[in-house]
Amino acid sequence: MPAEHDIILTVQDLKMHFGKLEVLKGVNTVIRKGEVIVVIGASGAGKSTFLRCLNRLETPTGGEILFEGQSVVHAKGKALNELRERMGMVFQQFNLFSNLTVLDNITLAPVIVKGAPKEQAEQEAMQLLGRVNLQDKARAFPSQLSGGQRQRIAIVRALAMHPDVMLFDEPTSALDPEMVGEVLDVMQQLAADGMTMVVVSHEMGFARKVANRILFMENGVIAEDGAPEEIFEHPKSDRLREFLGKVLH
Amino acid sequence: MNLNFSFLSKYWPMFLRGAGTTLVLSLFTVVLGLILGIFLALMRLGKFKPLSLLSAAYTEFIRGTPLMVQIFFIFYALPQIGVKIPNISGLGFDFPRFASGILAMGLNSGAYVGEIVRAGIQAVDKGQTEAARSLGMTSWQTMRRVVLPQAFKNILPALGNEFVTVIKESSIVTVIGITELMFNTSQVYSSSYRYFESLIVCALIYFVMTFTTSRLLGVLEGRMKRSAR
Repeated sequence: MPAEHDIILTVQDLKMHFGKLEVLKGVNTVIRKGEVIVVIGASGAGKSTFLRCLNRLETPTGGEILFEGQSVVHAKGKALNELRERMGMVFQQFNLFSNLTVLDNITLAPVIVKGAPKEQAEQEAMQLLGRVNLQDKARAFPSQLSGGQRQRIAIVRALAMHPDVMLFDEPTSALDPEMVGEVLDVMQQLAADGMTMVVVSHEMGFARKVANRILFMENGVIAEDGAPEEIFEHPKSDRLREFLGKVLH
Repeated sequence: MNLNFSFLSKYWPMFLRGAGTTLVLSLFTVVLGLILGIFLALMRLGKFKPLSLLSAAYTEFIRGTPLMVQIFFIFYALPQIGVKIPNISGLGFDFPRFASGILAMGLNSGAYVGEIVRAGIQAVDKGQTEAARSLGMTSWQTMRRVVLPQAFKNILPALGNEFVTVIKESSIVTVIGITELMFNTSQVYSSSYRYFESLIVCALIYFVMTFTTSRLLGVLEGRMKRSAR
């Protein structure tokens, strides 16, 4: 069992409601260094909201999130921005800055947030682009790229900040089927390199192969939490069995 | 009908000078309007309620009263209570008069530009802001580097229309005696009695200015479209 100091994120009784709608009803978990966690569950179970609370794109209405002991829920201004620097995020819709070239997309935050020298940031960006085989697209605008290419660049953009954790919010859901593989390959490589990852995904194959922990969310709470074999081979609850029956045909 | 344009040989410098003044007036108005408009939009969309309300009230008030009243207010009413634009001598023209015209036009245009900018900002996908914030950028960095450049591209056509409108509407400052194109045209026809010809020339010059402006902006728009999206 990993030691206490390996814990990066602690989530305690996390609650979130939008008006009367309770989306999170008390989520509890810890995320350790190097873990690859895939969050599964039916739509509306609260998976994306949970993920978006981790870097405060949503502000929870109750509970606490600690990033290496520091409160995310109560962080303000500069402290919050510094926490966000350390948590990279990849979105379903890529969200590359459409007014900037690929290279500028990647270097913008390192330069203006971290104050990295421009040439150094560009060198590193090119190196990262090499890792996803997109060096030739450095001068292109996002609109000139395919969905798979955009998502790989979005991953690189997040990596350029040297985050401690990467959050993926359904990174392949908006992709054409033939492009899903190229994005999952990059994520698998990232996992193999030891990156701590929290991935909301419907890709059960990826979850089974790459994750070392699966969280099954149901109705605003984590209903089951375990290694992929446990979750997929020996689901405890009827709800999980039912869900798996629907997604694994 | 006997039209005679021979008066132009004597009066053409009047038209030309008037057109020049109209252009300078419009240019300053547009710059002032744009700066004010961006501020109004940011205030309106900001989290601080009093500023947001102030921006909304300003916009409603300016749009709900005639430009002519606003011009007279600045030129006649404010000096009465002691708010005067100081004269700068040696410029060769009546600075307070000219500045009043620009100020009134700019304050007016700003209200319209503000609404254009606001719509442009709101049209930028929320995901762009989320991505920027998730990288640790501040809200101002996000606004300046990501949202405003995209908003600007969205609003360029509407902004172009506003520029064209300003050129045309600037003819109204003739009422406070600024010697722009409309004013000079009236000078020409009242001394030459060539009403028809003078106004034809005046209209043609306005048209050339507005048409050129909208064409130039069209080119700019096309260029931006090609570079991104």
